[in-house]
Formats: sequence, C-alpha cells, structure tokens
Amino acid sequence: MTRSSTPMTTKATDPRRRALLAGGAIYAGFLLTGSPVAAFTVDQARALIDKAIAEVNGVIGSGKAEAGMLRDFESIFNRYADVPAIARSALGPAARTASAAQLSSYTEAFRGYIARKYGRRFREFVGGRIEVTGAKPTKSYFEVSSVARLRGQPPFALNWHVSERNGQQRFFNIIIEGVNMLASERAEIAAMLNRRKGDIAALTADLQRL
Amino acid sequence: MFFRFLFARSRLVAPILGVTLLAACAAPPPGPIETVDPNEAANRRIHAFNQSIDRNLLAPVAGGSGGLLAGPVGEGLGNVAGNLSMPSAIVNKVLQGRLADAVHNSWRFAINSTIGVAGLFDPASAIGLEPRTSDFGATLHRWGAGEGAFVMLPVLGPSTERDTMGMMVDVVIDPLRLLPRPEEYWARGLRLGTKLSDRARFGGSVDSILHESADSYGQLRLMYLQSRRHELGQEAADDAFIDPYDD
Repeated sequence: MTRSSTPMTTKATDPRRRALLAGGAIYAGFLLTGSPVAAFTVDQARALIDKAIAEVNGVIGSGKAEAGMLRDFESIFNRYADVPAIARSALGPAARTASAAQLSSYTEAFRGYIARKYGRRFREFVGGRIEVTGAKPTKSYFEVSSVARLRGQPPFALNWHVSERNGQQRFFNIIIEGVNMLASERAEIAAMLNRRKGDIAALTADLQRL
Repeated sequence: MFFRFLFARSRLVAPILGVTLLAACAAPPPGPIETVDPNEAANRRIHAFNQSIDRNLLAPVAGGSGGLLAGPVGEGLGNVAGNLSMPSAIVNKVLQGRLADAVHNSWRFAINSTIGVAGLFDPASAIGLEPRTSDFGATLHRWGAGEGAFVMLPVLGPSTERDTMGMMVDVVIDPLRLLPRPEEYWARGLRLGTKLSDRARFGGSVDSILHESADSYGQLRLMYLQSRRHELGQEAADDAFIDPYDD
C-alpha cells in the first residue's frame, strides 16, 4: 500500500474529525455500560411492581364476582409477568425435549392455569392492601419487596423477582413469606406430568381443566 | 404459682440441651428447598389420614357455619387465641435472649387483654405492636439445633423433628398452665376452635393445596419447610433461588 499523495489531515473544525470523536465517545460509552440501550434500573423494577400492585389493589377493592376478578387478574398477569419463562421453568427438563408446538400450547394452557390459581389466592386478600416497601438488585435480577396487610392478620411479606432478560421488564417469581412460587409450580407440574407418564399434551389438557 | 412454672421448666432444660447439642452436630444448614424426609412412606400415610379428617370433619363444620366463622366471629376467635399464645411467645423470646421482642409482646398482651376486651379485639397492632410470635422450636433453633427430618404429624400437620419436640415442650412451659383448671381447658379448647375458623377463613387456600394438587404431600412439605425457615430468619442466598433464564 502506498500513501496517498494528499495526506489525511484533520483540523479541529473538520466535520470528519468531529464525527470520529463523537463515534468514539459513543463507542466508549457502550463499553462502559455494556449495553447501548438504557439499562434497566432498580427504580424501574420498583415502578413496574408499584403499577402491578396498584392494579391488584384495584381488583381486590372492586367488589366484583369471582369470574370477573379472575379475568382481571389474568390480564394483570399477562402484562406484568414473564409467563413463557415461568411456564418453561415449571416444566423443568421436559421443556428441552418438547417440540415447539407442544411447548407453545402448553405455555398457553399454563397461562390460564397460573392466573386462575394465583388469582383465587389474591381474591382472598379482599379488604386488604399490598404496598411496595423496597427494591434491591441481586446477582441477576431485581427483588422488589412488598407487604400485604389483610384484615385480622399480621402483615406478611411478598417479594417480586423482576428481570428484563426476555427484552421486557417482567416479574418471573413471587416469594410469599419465604414460599417460592416457581419452586411450588416446578414440583406441581412435575407431579402432574409424572401422573401422565411424561405426556405433555395430556398435561396441557389437564391444565386447561384446572 | 410462678414457682411451679419455673420448676416445671428447669426440670426440662437439661435434657433438652443434651438433645439440642446432638442435633446441632448432625445438621448442616438447609438450602432453600432442600428436604430431608427419610420416613416419607409413613408420613404420606399420615397425610392421607389428615386429608380425610379435613374432608370429613373440618371442611364440613367450617363450611356449615354459614359464613359465621369466616366473618367477624372467626376473626375475634383468632384474636383471642392469638392473644392467649402471647405468654408462651414471651417465655420463648426470653429463652432466646430476645428481650426487646419479649417486652414488645408483653405490652401487646397487656393492651389487648385490657383495652382489647380479653383479646377479642387487636388495638395493639393498630399502634404498631404487631405480634412477634415464637415457639420452643424456634428457641431450639436459636440454641443451635438443626431442624432434623421432616415429620407429618397426625391432625397437627407438617413439622420437623426439632419443631415437634418444641411443641411438646411448649405444652409444658406455657404460662397458661398457671390458670386454674377450668379456665386452662377453656383456653386450650379455644385454640382448637381457631383451627376451625382458620379453615373457614382460608378454605380456598387449604382446598387448593390439600385437595386440588397433584401431589399435596409434596406441596405441603415444600411450603412448610420454606415458610418455617423464613420465619426463623434462615434467608436463602440470592443465587439459591431458581433462575428461569438459566435453563
């Protein structure tokens, strides 16, 4: 390679130079933050759960009949929870061998099952309130803590695990006084699958009935 | 009377300490969802028996109360029984060396027993004196005992070896024993009554775990161990939780 006869010089006012500098600065910024998109912060995690809880409180106080409340809870679950991740985790090792079609119809059945099941539990909070009390980052997700105050009962802790690893901010686990929803569902789905001798289609049909 | 109580306690402390030390040697700290259940087959039989008691006795009586037990009556029952459990909690908090909690509970007991009409209402919680419950199983934990194996008790439900022993000791060291005879039985009977009112108030949750689950024994064991460890402050480490994105 031979040098060009006109040497490449840039002056302070040269637009090329400014572009290079700006590009370098942005590139350095990427290196420092690790990601070009604005990073998901602990405040955003807290705000997400704040919003979800405000909606839950609204449903609890709405005085609707069970069917209406369960529909509302299902909609909250769909908007704030990472249902595919929860469903996949609950299915355990079987998720790896299932076909895409099997997995997607199982996930849809699981969506209704989990919303109805936990919606019924939240329905027992009627007359009570939940409030967010704090948020902190952990190794790979955020933990938002809240307290449920129900009538005639000592207050108890509800912790929400929030992640953005599927591209959107969603919660993927609830810990109620130390009891882990994902762990319970893993055990429950494993028992249901075992009863069906590993048949995911039969499990899916069972979930739709529950 | 007070001396009778002290005497009853001191007779027990020595053998308990002995067992505690043994248990402490054998038990590693549990993980968040770890279970030790060597007697699972026998436990499952007891669980089946408990399920039938719930189905045939507790659920019909609670359900047949026509919402009475689920409403303010059940709440009042729960309040009175909760108040009657405070003296025992205070004793255990003292045994654990948690004197601030013992004082907190004593104020609570004093306020609810008087202004709260013998514990029927709970004005103490309204001023921030929420119950700091405890039991002798928790005291054993504080003294360094491991939880031992999981145990399913007839009628009483899930427990551990340590907590079962704690329950037996609690019967003996409960200051309610200082009450004259008929009142003592009334107090104990009332606690049994709250089992019914709790069944009426939280029936949906009980049904969901006890009768609708594919493996109710497994669910109950998992939930009991997690909530008990949480209650005792054995917080699971961050990375001990399931990460669904890591599969």
